[in-house]
Amino acid sequence: MSTAASRRANTEPRWLRVLLLCVGLGFLFFFLALPLLAVFVEALSAGWSAYIEALDDPETRSAIALTLLVALTVLPFNVTFGVAAAWAIAKFDFRGKSLLITLIDLPFAVSPVVVGLVFLLIFGAQGLFGPSLAAHDIKVVFALPGIIVVTLFITFPFVARELIPLMQAQGKDEEEAAISLGASAWQMFRRVTLPNITWGLLYGVILANARAMGEFGAVSVVSGHIRGETNTLPLHVEILYNEYNAVGAFASASVLALLALVTLVAKSIVEWRMHRETRMLAEALPAEGNPGRGRLVAPVSPASGDF
Amino acid sequence: MFRATRQFFTSVALSLFALSVLAEGNSLLNVSYDVSRDFYKDYNPVFQRHWKTVSGESIELKQSHAGSSKQVRAVADGLEADVVTMNQASDVDFLAEKGLVARDYARKFPNNASPYTSTMVFIVRKGNPKALKDWGDLVRPGVQIILPHPKNTGNGRYTYLAAWGYALNQPGGNERAAQDFVGRLLKNAPLFAAGGRDATTTFMQRKMGDVLVSFESEAELIAREFGKGEFEVVYPSVSILSEFPVAIVDKVVDRKGTRKLAQAYLDYLWSPPGQETAAQNYLRPRNPETLKKYATQFPAIRTFTVDEVFGGWAKAFPAHFKDGGSFDQIYQQK
Amino acid sequence: MSASTSRSRVLPGFGLSLGCTLVYLSLLILLPLSGLAFKASHLSLAEFWAIASGERALASYRVTFGASLLAATANAFFGLIVAWILVRYSFPGKRAIDALVDLPFALPTAVAGITLATLYAGNGWIGRHLESLGVKVAFTPLGIVVALTFIGLPFVVRTLQPVIEDIEPEVEEAAASLGASRLQTFSRVLLPAIFPALVTGFTLALSRSIGEYGSVIFIAGNLPLISEITPLLIISKLEQYDVVGATALAMVMLMISFVMLLVVNGLQWWAASRHRGDGPSDGEVR
Repeated sequence: MSTAASRRANTEPRWLRVLLLCVGLGFLFFFLALPLLAVFVEALSAGWSAYIEALDDPETRSAIALTLLVALTVLPFNVTFGVAAAWAIAKFDFRGKSLLITLIDLPFAVSPVVVGLVFLLIFGAQGLFGPSLAAHDIKVVFALPGIIVVTLFITFPFVARELIPLMQAQGKDEEEAAISLGASAWQMFRRVTLPNITWGLLYGVILANARAMGEFGAVSVVSGHIRGETNTLPLHVEILYNEYNAVGAFASASVLALLALVTLVAKSIVEWRMHRETRMLAEALPAEGNPGRGRLVAPVSPASGDF
Repeated sequence: MFRATRQFFTSVALSLFALSVLAEGNSLLNVSYDVSRDFYKDYNPVFQRHWKTVSGESIELKQSHAGSSKQVRAVADGLEADVVTMNQASDVDFLAEKGLVARDYARKFPNNASPYTSTMVFIVRKGNPKALKDWGDLVRPGVQIILPHPKNTGNGRYTYLAAWGYALNQPGGNERAAQDFVGRLLKNAPLFAAGGRDATTTFMQRKMGDVLVSFESEAELIAREFGKGEFEVVYPSVSILSEFPVAIVDKVVDRKGTRKLAQAYLDYLWSPPGQETAAQNYLRPRNPETLKKYATQFPAIRTFTVDEVFGGWAKAFPAHFKDGGSFDQIYQQK
Repeated sequence: MSASTSRSRVLPGFGLSLGCTLVYLSLLILLPLSGLAFKASHLSLAEFWAIASGERALASYRVTFGASLLAATANAFFGLIVAWILVRYSFPGKRAIDALVDLPFALPTAVAGITLATLYAGNGWIGRHLESLGVKVAFTPLGIVVALTFIGLPFVVRTLQPVIEDIEPEVEEAAASLGASRLQTFSRVLLPAIFPALVTGFTLALSRSIGEYGSVIFIAGNLPLISEITPLLIISKLEQYDVVGATALAMVMLMISFVMLLVVNGLQWWAASRHRGDGPSDGEVR
């Protein structure tokens, strides 16, 4: 963010800003804020103590634990493979790239209902590998591994999808410069690429994380719904709702909404620390500038020079 | 604040550990349909106490609840249920077909292996403003009916068959007339709810429709949840008897060595304490004495079973709910 | 894809990153999906066609794809505005609103559906006012659009945000100092830069919408031929223990989505490489 003065030249007229703000915020209000509010109203409809009581239930606690465990397990996979895929796709040209991107997108397009089914067809007792897994007494579906695999499937595209347009827009000049200046691959990645993609990576992780915690349809098929064992929080919410326990259901749902916010708090902390670091760096090296941020303008604007 | 957070995470971590430990030992997994939890939440401690006095053993009872046929598919796909307790025979039939459950499971326990029953009733708004007394009133133009999806949910299927059976029972009733009757009834439905609970929310909270058709056991729960006095329960002249078959999953109990326990668990459903628990959850007990004791709660109603009118679920299901069945035909006539 | 693979590369890690991606992709995505295709292959072509082209199935494709397109379009439009104001403007409560955008992912879809149905029903907070205008949302196809807009929104906003953040103010300043109006700057400088991300967000929201089930069934009404979505038909097949029939419908949806994604991705790369061809700093030709 630069200062307000330098911004004046390239911002919209006041009326347009107000209009955009109204439209954007109005949209968010009707589509996101009101539903969230409704969730909390329902959760607190029987009072604060009923809300706490609903969350203190051992089955709810174990559902929260399981959901967190799954989200944490999935995270490193998503980061590693997301960055790898984005690197290959955004920085190199090769045949079949569109196909590869489409394959990465595919998990979004597969109905959650079908995702669960697909893994049953592979790992279920009547599935492809079912009998051999049973012979070795390995449980995949209706146990933790099944839930994790399904969650990996549905969250796979997020990180790569966030990074590809970003890395593509950034081009590869900086990395090439680093290499030609003698940096090792790892140094280049750490010092040049990583700082450039931090935001995209964070957004990807936040999205993947939220989705990992909130997924219902696909997990529902492979979880087995065993209470206190393979019941994730979203599944628990549905069961509570079906039992006419609206307070419990919406209280659990509100926890999911809050858990998603945790990642955003993490993002804010990172943002703040990075901000401080860049400032300190800028103060320490006034002449040289900051290698990570001083990117050239050109690659982003393909149509410059049209005026 | 910080300490509370830490305590919370510690307890979360502990319960995570606990669940991996508890998975071992002498335990039973009961895979059931989605709204039976209230009943089994009450029944399980009753049985645990009973088992403790009989054998001295402490046991763990694990529950799994979701949509009935989804649960059965999960069992077929490897969910290790010792017993299944379902709300429709067609679901257990499927397991019998797959060789997980004995083919004659219905004769392994009394009463068609169904320890309790329920029936479909009407729930109307206070004072019954549209004077809906019987199935015939539901097809009147201008009446709105709320019901769960008749093809995809157990609740909806029982409603569908109840209306069909009623129409068959009328003077001059035949299959054609019944299909026409059910077709007119479905035309009065502004939507098909996703499930029993969703139908209830739509009727009660969103104030849609003049009548909600649901299980008698649900109707009482609904009255409790949403306040008595705002709604009335109407018993039609005749309705369907819904049975809730239970079965032992042979394949699993033989491997885990839990047959004895599973048998005792299901047997005890027919015991006086088991029947009493059912009655307290508004499920009609099979035991005549328990039924008499709770007579005020269960008004007499003429019912027919799926076996009597439709020749059993094995016939009723393909005839009405499979693709191309009577439900689909109703929507092709248009 | 004009560039050949034989040209010597400056940057490291191509083989490693592509290899990892392909292995992971094959294990996690291709293998399971081939299981689906395998199951569907139990059907003869005629049987497959009968299931895929039934009257109810065709009607459900119309509902599903129509509602998804509308929702994704709404998301592209509003999502762009939302991403723009979140990155460029400062206003009170911005952080909280930024956080709100992820809500559709975190909230279990069933909860979203139930909540939206309650809000947009005839007596709901929003539905009440719409009803007095004669607009019915809950339990009509419009309700499906609302649910799909809800679940697709984060895709557009979160795809656009990093790209908008990445635009250097100097570009706009340069354009402005060269006398471009704000509108010109937007359409000639900013839009081309964010357009690929916008298309990506649109496509992702669209493909996610097509498969969505959990939230939609609570608000759709589920009447055959009117408000029945394809995933509901798949569930209906599963309820009949007709796994093969369900995989047939799933395959149809998968193929349509796949082709759609492939076309959009292909177009986008074609457009991008054309742009890069014009650009002053082409990173490929060395």
